[in-house]
Amino acid sequence: MKKFLALILVLAMTLSLVSCGTSGSSQSNTSNKTLNIGVFEPASGDNGAGGKQETLGIQYANSVTPTVEINGETYSVALKIVDNQSATDKAPTAAQQLVSDGVSVVLGSYGSGVSMAAAPIFEQAKIPAIGASCTNPAVTQNRPYYFRVCFIDPFQGSVMANFVKDQFNAKKAYVLNMLGEDYGSGLATYFANAFKKQGGEVKAEAFPEGTSDFSAYIQNAISYGADVIFAPSATTYASLIISQAASAGCKIPITGGDTWESSVILDAQKGTNLKVYVSTFFDENDKSGVAATFVTGFKAWLNADPQRKTDNGGNDIVAAVSALGYDAYMTAIEAIKTANSTTGEDIKNAMPKVSFDGVTGHISFPNGGDAAKSEAFIKQADNGAFKFIKRQSSTS
Amino acid sequence: MSRILPYLLGGISVGGQYALIAIGYTMVYGILRLINFAHGDIFTAAGFFMVYATASLPLYLSIPLVILLTIFMGVLVERAAYKPLRSAPRMSVMISAIGVSYLLQNVMWYITGGLAKRYPVIPWISDSVTVLGYTTKRVTIITPFLTVILVIALVILIKKTKIGMAMRAASRDFETAQLMGIKIDNVISFTFVVGSALAAVGSMLYFSNYATVTPVVGAMPGLKAFVAAVFGGIGSIPGAVLGGFIIGISETLIKGAGLTTFSDAVTFALLIIILVVKPTGLFGEKPTQKV
Amino acid sequence: MKTNRIPQSFKIAGAFLLLLAVVLMLDNVPGISVMLLIVLRKGAIYALVAVSMNLLNGFTGLFSLGQAGFMLLGAYTYAILTIPVGNQALVYQRYPNGGIGFSVTESLGRVLGQQPGLLLGVIICLILGGIVAGLFAYLIGLPVLRLKSDYLAIATLGFAEIIRAVVQYEKLGPITNGSNLLSNFTNFSNFHLGSLKLDTVMPFVFAGVCIWVITLIINSTYGRAFKAIRDDEVAAEAMGINLANHKRMSFIISSFFAGISGAMLAMYQASVQATIFKAAMTYEILLIVVLGGIGSISGSIIAAFLFVGSSEWWLRFLDNTTVLPNFNAKLLLAIIFAAVVVGVVSLVAYKQNKAQKGRSAAVGRGRKLLALKPSGVITIVVGALVLLGDLLFLISPDLQLPLLRSGFRMVVFSVVVMMVVLFFSRGLMGDKELPDLFRTRHKRL
Repeated sequence: MKKFLALILVLAMTLSLVSCGTSGSSQSNTSNKTLNIGVFEPASGDNGAGGKQETLGIQYANSVTPTVEINGETYSVALKIVDNQSATDKAPTAAQQLVSDGVSVVLGSYGSGVSMAAAPIFEQAKIPAIGASCTNPAVTQNRPYYFRVCFIDPFQGSVMANFVKDQFNAKKAYVLNMLGEDYGSGLATYFANAFKKQGGEVKAEAFPEGTSDFSAYIQNAISYGADVIFAPSATTYASLIISQAASAGCKIPITGGDTWESSVILDAQKGTNLKVYVSTFFDENDKSGVAATFVTGFKAWLNADPQRKTDNGGNDIVAAVSALGYDAYMTAIEAIKTANSTTGEDIKNAMPKVSFDGVTGHISFPNGGDAAKSEAFIKQADNGAFKFIKRQSSTS
Repeated sequence: MSRILPYLLGGISVGGQYALIAIGYTMVYGILRLINFAHGDIFTAAGFFMVYATASLPLYLSIPLVILLTIFMGVLVERAAYKPLRSAPRMSVMISAIGVSYLLQNVMWYITGGLAKRYPVIPWISDSVTVLGYTTKRVTIITPFLTVILVIALVILIKKTKIGMAMRAASRDFETAQLMGIKIDNVISFTFVVGSALAAVGSMLYFSNYATVTPVVGAMPGLKAFVAAVFGGIGSIPGAVLGGFIIGISETLIKGAGLTTFSDAVTFALLIIILVVKPTGLFGEKPTQKV
Repeated sequence: MKTNRIPQSFKIAGAFLLLLAVVLMLDNVPGISVMLLIVLRKGAIYALVAVSMNLLNGFTGLFSLGQAGFMLLGAYTYAILTIPVGNQALVYQRYPNGGIGFSVTESLGRVLGQQPGLLLGVIICLILGGIVAGLFAYLIGLPVLRLKSDYLAIATLGFAEIIRAVVQYEKLGPITNGSNLLSNFTNFSNFHLGSLKLDTVMPFVFAGVCIWVITLIINSTYGRAFKAIRDDEVAAEAMGINLANHKRMSFIISSFFAGISGAMLAMYQASVQATIFKAAMTYEILLIVVLGGIGSISGSIIAAFLFVGSSEWWLRFLDNTTVLPNFNAKLLLAIIFAAVVVGVVSLVAYKQNKAQKGRSAAVGRGRKLLALKPSGVITIVVGALVLLGDLLFLISPDLQLPLLRSGFRMVVFSVVVMMVVLFFSRGLMGDKELPDLFRTRHKRL
């Protein structure tokens, strides 16, 4: 009886195997021509909050520019969204899912670790990938098929080092990041190197995954006599660090990288007297042309659907990663138009020719896959909103 | 000494939380000889219940509701997943526990969308207080006292009441206790009731301190609490509490010493040491050798 | 009797070669779903781990939860030894002068020519990965193997966590790259035979050879000693089996193959990071072993493919929000769903009723119309609620299927696993092997 059931189970599985194998290719039954763009973002896990915001930016861009002209024909652009769960072991399968969905170009991911894990798969399938906010340099190094529209961590690290020296005259820094997290450990190292080059001292520590208790680390920072704490990490841990620093009565200013530009940080800082600063790619209050149009349009789009507002963190504050997502999508559209083809290989070859004014600045790829970005925005999390402090470049 | 004090405080706080979870493990193991892997996930579920309850109900209603829901969940898990396998070999039950843990984590992941949720602030215990020159949350100070009070209440329960006697009998010899007319199902359900209630209280203290709830947040504390139970002597409640504090303090001191990579590993190293040196744990009883 | 045994192993070998040919064809024929290939590759790797865990848990009766730690060791050893020298500076970014300065596959490639050198290098590194894992198993086994089953489980789990922490230690960074990703080493896509891709055949070949070795061990005197230890330790010792030695041997062999499978996992993922080798990975393998049947090698293999297929591929549609095209489709779906629910509930109720009636008839009690245990009543109530939900969905205006969104796949999957653990605790194959199914039943005399 049980063996019979087992055989039935296996037969059922095989049948669905056959149907799944063919159904993936027969989806496009409409009369329009469609071009698939893959969205490779986390929707759950440590980076889920940021990934959702980045996806919102891409979806908004898709609603603004839903079609593209190739060889005189109009193609409608369909987004294929997968969730890489912020995990480097789930990322390859999610990437393969996109490949088998027949995408021409991939956007993403939020999170350098998953981008690096998926890069060989996109490369093998000859599909170019445009990262929006993954800042670790290893994502594009030696990877001709990976591009990004944001700045990279060596730049971001020195920007923060310059900022803390200017703002706080900091001589000692306490650096904290998560073990095994490529973005955080990379950015921490670059910051530490830049800070030491300025003549400062650094104490660096790493916490294991799943840590909830940061009181010991905060104590370490206090007893070290740090002038500033630099803790690039996912938002889940950031909110714990901030609230525990507040309850320990720690007065040291806390700084983070671009992942900290999120409503999670605002919620954590609200009601405390902590000084929290982040470096990021975009400022909502930037009044220059393209950015202002984007901000008004995006806010209206967010407010039109309550689910979108929830995904954005329950409000309509424009996150920098959404702006980057928007720019990534537009970059892809530009590349497709220049390449005049839906083949991944052609789009990849067209990328160096792309040059336009995006929401986060001018986008071009002068060498390799990294966009030429020379400025970062420093903001302060102050009682529920981000206050723009200054624009910082790496040499000031 | 003053340098170590903040670490000690932190260690005592987290140790108290481990102790509350460890009691649940040790009681279940004492009677059923089962490592209830799902206990850590019930602890996490209690955290999520609170997040969702306070979204629509005031705090003084949410707290008892959360405790009731956690108890209900604990008993449900026992009835559905452990009772049918009571006569099966030990490994099957442990695998069932792992399966339940897997199921609970995936259900929580699905319901919450995988994003971290912020735990509501419980007034008074979340306020900052200053102790000996160091600022910390009031909950840090309350936890060890509350733990000790609960443990004393529990020990009185076990030593002086009928149901406590039934629990002791069942943990000494399962089959004979049944022969003596003890309704074993009720005893086991009661054990899970107490264990889950303590986990719910522990979760309130834990999440008041570390205010982010994710579906996997209970896995590591659950495992460490089990190590604490083994360390103190499985089946012994004071042992579990002492084990919890020792594990919590050593973990925080290691972090303070700068070897943060090993803060999880040191817990397991302590476990291995105690298993090799004194397998029955600090307060464990030596089983009588039968020839 | 002896003359019958040789053809059976030839049959199995022949079947395996046929399987390899099919997989080779799948690798190279265009249009085959990529997901199928992924399931095959990952399934082969998990099959090997499951069999190695089965050797320890199912055949020797030692409940160990340290598999993930040994896989980690094998994966890291393999990755460190095969990163090409040119890429080492790139990978070890945070540790200048990191990396071991040479690469086994590269060095052999220079000597023997690219492909043969690659193959030989990979085989050597796989075996080295297994040896490192086996070495640690020996060291860990010294204090731990004399503990009883539950404590052994927790102690091995603890050691796996300790190994994971040590590998991530900063001071070991120049070799292990600390907690960062190791990548750019030799993986399955580097193999080709002329212009034939061997991406999926290679894991099958490696896993097949290893499983064959394990089967040989199980069918030898050592295997019989292991089974004796599982059945009754005291009796085994009385029969002259040295408990400590055999337990240690089983532990080391199982860890050796777990290390090799860890290295293969590294090759499959093309990146290695300590954080993925968590206790959760060990639990998954344990579930595979239980699903397949503790004590059955072919059961573990089949269950591994079923597990990987279900969790990665077949159930993926449950994760996508699906909008039905029109009302007719919704009606059809609702009717089919209702039919399935009614069918399952009545089957369960009928079987329980028959069993209960049989029991009361044996005792000689009076007739009852419907005799059911509480669990049967609960099943009927749940079924009724589900049908009600189905009806509500039918009459509601929207066409989007409820419940289907990200994460539902894993929920369904865990429920199925729990069903198997609770109701089919002997697993798919119990403790029988696949050839047993084909054996002709002898009529009772």
